[in-house]
Amino acid sequence: MAIKKDKVDVVMVGLGWTGAIMGMELTEAGLNVLALERGDMRDTNTDTPYPKAVDELKYSVRGALFQDLSRETVTIRYGVADVAVPYRQHGSFLLGDGVGGAGFHWNGMMYRNLPEELEMRSHHEQKYGKKFIPEDMTIQDHGVTYKELEPFYDFSEKVMAVSGKAGNLNGKIVAGGNPLEGARSDEFPTKPLTYQYSASLVEKAMRDVGYHPYPAPAANASEPYTNPYGVRIGPCNYCGFCENYGCYMYSKASPQTTILPVLLKRKNFEVRTKAQVIKVNLDASGKRATGVTYIDAQGREVEQPADLVLLTAFQTHNVRLLLLSGIGKPYDPVTGEGVVGKNFAYQYNGGINVVMPKGTQFNPFIGTGAGGVGMDDLNADQFDHGPLGFIGGASIRHVRYGGRPIKQAGTMPGEKVPNWGSEWKGSVQDAYQRTLTIGISGSVMAYRDCYLSLDPTYKDANGQPLLRMTLNWKENEGKMLTHIGNEMEKVGQAMNPEKVVKAIRKTGSSWDTRVYQSTHLTGGAIMGTTPKNSVVNKYLQSWDVPNVFVYGASAFPQNMGYNPTGLVTALAYHSAKAIREQYLKNPGPLVQA
Amino acid sequence: MSQDKEPRRRFLRQVLAIVPAASTLGGATAVAVSQPAIADSSEPGKPRAYTPTYFNAAEWAFINAAVDHLIPSDQYGAGALETGVPEFIDRQMETPYGAGKLWYMQGPFHPDSVPELGYQLSLVPRDIYRQGIAACNDWCVKNLGKVFAELDRAKQLDVLKQMEGGKIHFETVPAKTFFNFMLGNTKEGYFADPMYGGNQKMGGWKMVGFPGARADYLDWVDQYNVKYPYGPVSILGEKG
Repeated sequence: MAIKKDKVDVVMVGLGWTGAIMGMELTEAGLNVLALERGDMRDTNTDTPYPKAVDELKYSVRGALFQDLSRETVTIRYGVADVAVPYRQHGSFLLGDGVGGAGFHWNGMMYRNLPEELEMRSHHEQKYGKKFIPEDMTIQDHGVTYKELEPFYDFSEKVMAVSGKAGNLNGKIVAGGNPLEGARSDEFPTKPLTYQYSASLVEKAMRDVGYHPYPAPAANASEPYTNPYGVRIGPCNYCGFCENYGCYMYSKASPQTTILPVLLKRKNFEVRTKAQVIKVNLDASGKRATGVTYIDAQGREVEQPADLVLLTAFQTHNVRLLLLSGIGKPYDPVTGEGVVGKNFAYQYNGGINVVMPKGTQFNPFIGTGAGGVGMDDLNADQFDHGPLGFIGGASIRHVRYGGRPIKQAGTMPGEKVPNWGSEWKGSVQDAYQRTLTIGISGSVMAYRDCYLSLDPTYKDANGQPLLRMTLNWKENEGKMLTHIGNEMEKVGQAMNPEKVVKAIRKTGSSWDTRVYQSTHLTGGAIMGTTPKNSVVNKYLQSWDVPNVFVYGASAFPQNMGYNPTGLVTALAYHSAKAIREQYLKNPGPLVQA
Repeated sequence: MSQDKEPRRRFLRQVLAIVPAASTLGGATAVAVSQPAIADSSEPGKPRAYTPTYFNAAEWAFINAAVDHLIPSDQYGAGALETGVPEFIDRQMETPYGAGKLWYMQGPFHPDSVPELGYQLSLVPRDIYRQGIAACNDWCVKNLGKVFAELDRAKQLDVLKQMEGGKIHFETVPAKTFFNFMLGNTKEGYFADPMYGGNQKMGGWKMVGFPGARADYLDWVDQYNVKYPYGPVSILGEKG
């Protein structure tokens, strides 16, 4: 028989970015909040101090901070009729684990959407006509606008001490920033990070070709800063160990470096680690959650009653928990009915490799997680898609992450070099100092046959079905990347290089799950304007069970060309305000269906 | 008021007192955290003495012969043998990685699914090496009269190329899979921090020009097109 705990006001599943944010907001509102985290407690000083933190084998190669796939993973297939096979090793995406989640080992790329991205369907229908959107492309509006989210983007940036330069302050274009961005109410909290040599060359080339380069917004603080919670954040020292690592400098924003020092001290907050939630419990009506059931460190089943249940885990886990709990109708790709699992999307990336003349010294080990030079001229709908026949675009940036040699010392681009032996050595040595990559981070639209469901065969360590991904690349994204790759080749050429080598996927090729692409998995518990087209409303509240809220990129109806954390955190703060000001006074649906 | 002030201060006392020294003194005191766990008694150009734990004598001979081809000692820098890559691989076999404990290993297995869907064999690294080496030696004896390690270098090279290209077929483990594991682990051992047994004297890092665990470049980020002057340091405080 299950152990039953005393009821709490709020139970949260997972303590990463959204859990930390909601924990702050709801404890501040006087509620007692319990976070159930399936992984371990993690902190910078205990888990990733210098020099232990700068260990490429441990963190990047063996993945010490990633989800333990031996206990739980996902399965993947390309098509609705295929048998899915397990994602047995980390590759294409790097799932997080423990307190902080993927927010402990991310890069810190902290973007806002372009306004039109939040009104994807209506914007495109209005501008290009209804027929422009293919029939099987199931994109939709988020149901919340950039203007509504702006204050929350702004606050997130301040919490994270984001470095950058505004380009559009209250509608006024200002020099030095991104002139194409949505209007901002305030400047970035810390100044831009310094461009490394390679970024300075890319910046000049982008400008020479006629684009609008800007310092990429980075949740890597460029100077000492005290955030709105009173937490002090130190400046980045360009150590070159960011993504896959905890930040020993306390510069990269993570829940640990920005929120948890305050939250963990609050008397009305509790975190229980090694607590794997297996189900959200519903009452007899199925319209109200009574709490959750989890498995504790000793393997015991524990029932935790609560008035509010917040799913604050990663995208995949949120969707899986909804499916395991029977909240909302599972999506059926054949009939198009149901919503849970619908509109699963990812990102479609490429790059331009530039080889500068011999003797060039980039010192590639001088790196940051997110600082560098970016441009938005080819993102979202910042260019005329009419004659091009595709939807979407890409944020483009050159960020030097570090020159960590196991994973980041490659052979000379564009040359047929053996993978080993003297020739390999010579090529790696030659390429190390004089190559750079301009990254193209492409959007992926939603499609009728790309979705999430429970796997019929494979189980996790607790015997529960794994989440199954059904996804493959589509022609629309192939056209997008081909177009942008060709445009960006011109930027590479403008650098007077020895050569430019495009690394652009061939249209028609399948998703290669072995190669890291991004951890930006989206959809499955999407937001929208009606229960017919979405799992949650604009406040991330479940249409079916109004005391359940679902956070994270699972809410995105399609994926943008940006990294997701900016929108993920803005949506969380937006939801928190609605809970505090509306829901708590009158618990029930915040949007009438 | 900063809630994080105390940990931050503690951190600064512990770390910043050390890191600038590494930047200005060329690593003379470097990251003086503790002494290397293993005493260095090797001669120049040779790895330190090591007795394998996982591999038996025949397997050890195979590994030593093979990695010498994968990363030879040459004009570009140290090779796999002198940097202790065999020691690295042997030690990795005794880790959760070697035992396949980092991967989802529940069946059913579909080894014939397309490569893009990732590793789908039921074999863990320890098994891949044990079975791969035995199968390769059998193949060499049958076709070339001697086990791999006893073949002349040209023949060894040819066997490795055929394995890489999937032109040799083994019953127990795909030759290409075995080759790719060995190549991947060899590069890891060449470039990983020396505390794992390979990259001895930081020969791999010196080959490319990577400063290792320095990880502090605030005063170098805006020095454009200038050669970084300091050699590598390791996590345990070794300097190169």
